[in-house]
Amino acid sequence: MSHKILIVDDEPNIVISLEFLMKKEGFIVAIAVDGDAALEQVAAFNPDLVLLDVMMPKKSGYEVCQAIRSDPARAATKVVMLTAKGRESEVAKGLALGADAYVTKPFATKDLVAQVKSLLA
Amino acid sequence: MPRRHLVSHRLVAVFLLGCLLFNYPLLAVLDRFGSIGGLPSSFVWLMAAWFFLIVLMAVIVERSDNRDY
Amino acid sequence: MLTVWIIVAASLAYLVLLFGIAWYADRRADAGRSVIDNSLVYALSLGVYCTTWTFYGSVGRAAASGIGFLPIYLGPTLLFALGAVILHKMIRIAKANRITSIADFVASRYGKSQLLGGLVSVIAVVGVIPYIALQLKAVSSTFVLLTEVGLQPGAATVAPLLQDSAFYVAGLLAVFTILFGTRHMDATERHEGMVAAIAFESVIKLVAFLAAGLFVVYGMYGGLGDLFDKARAVPEITQRLLGDGRAVIDYGNWFALTLLAFFAALLLPRQFQIAVVENVNPQHLRRAIWLFPLYLFLINLFVLPIALAGLMHFPGGTDADSFVLTLPMAFQQQSLTLLVFVGGLSAATGMVIVETIALSTMVCNDLVMPVLLRWRALGLQQREDLTGLLLGIRRWAIAIILALGYLYFRIAGEAYALVSIGLISFAAMAQFAPVVLGGMYWKGGTQSGALAALGAGFFIWTYTLLLPSFAKSGWLPADFLQHGPWGIELLRPQQLFGLTGLSEITHCLVWSMVFNLGSYVGVSLMRIPDAREARQAKLFVEESGAAAPNWRGGAELDDLLPLAARFIGPERAQEAFDRHARSRGFTSSAALHGVKSDAELVHFAETLLAGAIGSASARAMVASVVQEEPLGLDEVMNILDEASQVRAYSHELEIKSQELTQATAELRAANERLRELDSLKDDFISTVTHELRTPLTSIRAFSEMLHEDPKIDLVERTRFLGIIVSETERLSRLINQILDLAKLESGRAEWTSAEVNLSEVIREAVDSISSLAKEKKITLQLDLPEPGAIVLADRDRLTQVMINLLSNSVKFVASGSGHVKVGAGETADEVSVSVCDNGPGIRAEDRELIFEKFRQGTGDAGALTDKPQGTGLGLPISRQIIEYFGGKLWVESELGKGACFRFTLPRDSAQNRR
Repeated sequence: MSHKILIVDDEPNIVISLEFLMKKEGFIVAIAVDGDAALEQVAAFNPDLVLLDVMMPKKSGYEVCQAIRSDPARAATKVVMLTAKGRESEVAKGLALGADAYVTKPFATKDLVAQVKSLLA
Repeated sequence: MPRRHLVSHRLVAVFLLGCLLFNYPLLAVLDRFGSIGGLPSSFVWLMAAWFFLIVLMAVIVERSDNRDY
Repeated sequence: MLTVWIIVAASLAYLVLLFGIAWYADRRADAGRSVIDNSLVYALSLGVYCTTWTFYGSVGRAAASGIGFLPIYLGPTLLFALGAVILHKMIRIAKANRITSIADFVASRYGKSQLLGGLVSVIAVVGVIPYIALQLKAVSSTFVLLTEVGLQPGAATVAPLLQDSAFYVAGLLAVFTILFGTRHMDATERHEGMVAAIAFESVIKLVAFLAAGLFVVYGMYGGLGDLFDKARAVPEITQRLLGDGRAVIDYGNWFALTLLAFFAALLLPRQFQIAVVENVNPQHLRRAIWLFPLYLFLINLFVLPIALAGLMHFPGGTDADSFVLTLPMAFQQQSLTLLVFVGGLSAATGMVIVETIALSTMVCNDLVMPVLLRWRALGLQQREDLTGLLLGIRRWAIAIILALGYLYFRIAGEAYALVSIGLISFAAMAQFAPVVLGGMYWKGGTQSGALAALGAGFFIWTYTLLLPSFAKSGWLPADFLQHGPWGIELLRPQQLFGLTGLSEITHCLVWSMVFNLGSYVGVSLMRIPDAREARQAKLFVEESGAAAPNWRGGAELDDLLPLAARFIGPERAQEAFDRHARSRGFTSSAALHGVKSDAELVHFAETLLAGAIGSASARAMVASVVQEEPLGLDEVMNILDEASQVRAYSHELEIKSQELTQATAELRAANERLRELDSLKDDFISTVTHELRTPLTSIRAFSEMLHEDPKIDLVERTRFLGIIVSETERLSRLINQILDLAKLESGRAEWTSAEVNLSEVIREAVDSISSLAKEKKITLQLDLPEPGAIVLADRDRLTQVMINLLSNSVKFVASGSGHVKVGAGETADEVSVSVCDNGPGIRAEDRELIFEKFRQGTGDAGALTDKPQGTGLGLPISRQIIEYFGGKLWVESELGKGACFRFTLPRDSAQNRR
C-alpha cells in the first residue's frame, strides 16, 4: 500500500515541484497552501507524512507541527519541515516541536526523496 | 589684595605707628624740647599723638564702606 | 557738709537706677528689641576697663610720676588698632565655639582640657582679687573721706570689721552682683541688662570726671596755661613731674606697662566678658575700634592738671589718689563732690559686677562643676534639674570672691597705692597672653605646653609680686625679700637671679614671660599635638568652618534633651532643640527622634551645654550619654591634617566617578543601539536569504527533475522550463531591488534632476503596464490634467515609483472585474498623484507595515490562494524616492473596497532636496 503525503507550502512553484516529485515515487499526494488548510487536510486526508513549509500565512509551520504532535492519534504521522531559513536556532526549534526531519531550501531532490523514504520505511 | 584686608592692614599700620610714637626713642627726643606753650612737651606730644591716632583709626574705619574687615 | 545718709541714699538710689536700666534692657532683649545692639553701647560698655584705678588712681599716679599713668591707656589703644585682627578673630572663635570665659577659651583651645580650664580659673581668681580689693579700698576710703575725716590729711586706719565701711561696701556689692548677674541661667552666658547698665556707668564715670576736671582747670585756675604756669613756679613739681629738659620717663618701665595694659585689655576676665562674650554682633567692634580709645583719651584729659592742682593745693600731701574728690570738697562744691563720689562708685561697681560675674562663671564651669560631676557619690550625673545648683554655685562664687577681695584689702590694701595694686593684677593676667595669642595663631601649641606655661608664669608672678605684697604688708616675714629664701640672694623675689634696676612690675613681667613663653614653646615642641588638640587648634587658628561635628558616635534625642534640660532648664532646652531642628529643616525637635546616631545633634547639644557649664565639662557630660567610638589617632590625624586635601580630592573623585557613570551609561546606550542595529541587520539578512532561497528552491528542484528524468513528456517539460525562467527573472528582480534599496538607504544613489512633466511620466508607466493589465482583463482609467504639472525631479525614479504602484494594483485586483484609476492634481505648493483600485483593500494595521521591507499585503482571508508575485521591496523603495524629493507617500483603504495609493511632491522639490 502506498503512503499518503501532504504537501504544505505557500509557494505555488514549489508545490508543483514537490507534487511531481512525490507522485513519481508512487506516493498519494494532497496539497495545502497555508497552515489552516494544512490542519484541515491532516484531519481529512490522514497523511503518513507531512512536508511542511515554515514561513506561511495564517499559521506557521511550527504551529501546524505543534498541533499535529498534540494529537495522540497522529503520533505515527511523520513531519518533515522545509524552510528557507537555515539558522541553527530554527532547526533546533523545529526538532524540539517534534519534527522528524528538517530540510533547508533549496534542497537536492534525491536527498529529500531518500529522507522521506527512510522515514516511511 | 581684597578691600576688606586693606582696612585691617591700614589699622595694623596705625598700630605700628603708635608703637613708634609712644615709645623710646621718639619719646626721648621730644622730651628734650622742654615745654610747648607752657605745657610739658612729652605730655603735649603724647596727647596729640594719641588723639591723632584715634582720628586716623576713625577715618580708616568710617571711610570704608565695607561692612566687614 | 554731706551727711552719711545723703551719701548712702545717693549710692543706693544710683544702684537702684542701675537695676532699673538692667531690668529694662532685659525686657527689651526678651522682646527682641535689644538696646545694646549697637556699636556705641558696645564701645561704652568696654569702658568697664576704667575702674576706680582710672577714676582716682591715675591722678595719684600722675602726682607721683607725671605722665607715667598714660601707658595703661596707650596699651589698649594699640590693642584696638589691632582689634580688626586679634579681637575680631577672638570674637569669631568664641561665637563659633560658644566660649563663655577666658578659661573656657584656653581649655577649649587645648583639647577641651578640664585641668587647663581649672588652672586658668584659679589664676584669674587669684590674680584679680587684688584688683577687686582696689575697688573696695577706693570706695571705702572715699566714703570715709566724705563722712569722717573730712579734709584731714592721712588715710583712715584699719577699722574693726563691723565698723569698716569697706566691709559693708563689699557686702553690698556682693548682694548687688548676685541679684544682677545670676537671675537666670542663660545658655550663652550673655547678660544684656548688665551690659546696658555698664554702658550707662561708663557715661556717669566720664561725665563725673570731666566735670571735676573742668572745675579744677577753669574753676580753680584760669585754664590749662595758667595751671601749668603756676605749677612750674613750684620747684618740687617742676623737678619731679614736668621734666624741663630732663628725661622723666623710665622707658623700660614705660614699655612694660604699655605691654601689660595691652594684654590686660584683652585678657582681663571682665574685658573678655564684655568685648567677646557679651558682643552681640562682631560688626560692633568696627566703630569701637576708635570709640573706645577716644573714651580712654577723654577720661584722661584732665588727669595731669588735676594732679598738679592737687599737689599745689595740698602741699602737705594728702592722699593723691583722692584728689579728684578732695579738690571739689575743699571748694565746698557739694553737688560736684557727690557727683564725683557717684562716678567713683560707678567705676567700682562696674568693675566688680562684670569681673565677679565673669569669675563666677569660670569658677562654676571650670573649677567646681568638673569636680562635682566627677564626684559620683553626689549623684549629680543622675540629678534631674541642675539649674538651681549651677546658680547656687555662681552666687556662692561671687560672695567668696568678694570676701577674698575684702581679705586682700585688709591684708595688703594699705601698703600700696591704687595703681600698684591694679598692676599686680595686670601682671597676673599677662600670663594668659602666650597661651591665648599663641593658641590663636600657632597650631603647634599643646595642652602640656599650655599647662607648663601657665604654671610657670603663675608661679613666677606669685613669687615675685604676690608674696612680696604680703611681705610688705607685714603678713609674711619681710626677711626673704631682703635676703632671699634660705638666705639665697640669687632667689630674692624682686631681684630674681640678680636682676636689678627694674620696677617690681617690669621685673615680674620679664621673668614670668621668659618662663611662661619658654615653657609654652619648649614643652609644646616636645611632641606633636594629639588628635583632639589638633582638631581644636584647627578650629581656632584656621577658623575652619563652624566647629565641625567631632563626635564619631551618636546618641538619642531622648538622652541629650534631658541632659541639656538638667543644666539650662527644660523650657530653654526644648526651645533650643526646636531651634536646632528647624535650622536643619525639621518641623520640630520631635522629628529628630528618627535620626539615629546623629553626630550633628550631639555636637549641638555639646555647644549648648558648653554655654552653660563650659566646654570641658560639657564634653564630659555629653560623653556620658554618647557611645563614642574610640578616636583612632592615626585616622583622626589623617582626617585633620589632610582634611582639605582629602576634601578636594574626594570632590574630584566624585566628579570623576560621575563622569564615569555618565560615560558608562552612554556606552551602554550606544551598545544597545548597536545591538538593535545588529539584530535589525540580522533580521534583514535572514529575510533576504529567505526571499532568495524561495525562487532558488523551485529552480533547483525543476532543474534536477528535468536533468534526472529525460522521459518527462514535452508538455510538462515546457511548463517546468517556463517556471524556471520566471523564477530566474524573479530572482534577478529581487537582487536588483535589494541593491537599489541599499543604495537609496546609504545615500549613494545617483540622482539626476530635470524638469519633468508629471502627466507624461504617468502615461509612460501606464503604457508599460498596459500589456499586463490587458492579460488580466483589467481596465485602466487615466484622469490627467493637460498640460501636465511640471516638477523638478529624476524622471526615471518617478517612473519607477509609478510602475511600482501600478503593478501593485494590477497584482491585487481580481481578473476581469479589476479596475485601476490613475489621477493627478495640483495646488499652489504641490502636485499630487493617486492610484486607486477595487482590490481586496488593506487592513488598517497593515497600512503602514506594507511600506516596510519584505512585508507584503495579504489582503483578506482568501487573498492567499493566489499569492501575489512580488519582492516586498517595491513600496519601501517608492517611499524612499518620494521622500527624497520632499514628498509623502501613503495609502488610503477600506477593507473590501480597494486601496488608494497617493503621493505628493512639492512644486519646487529641487529646492527641497538635501
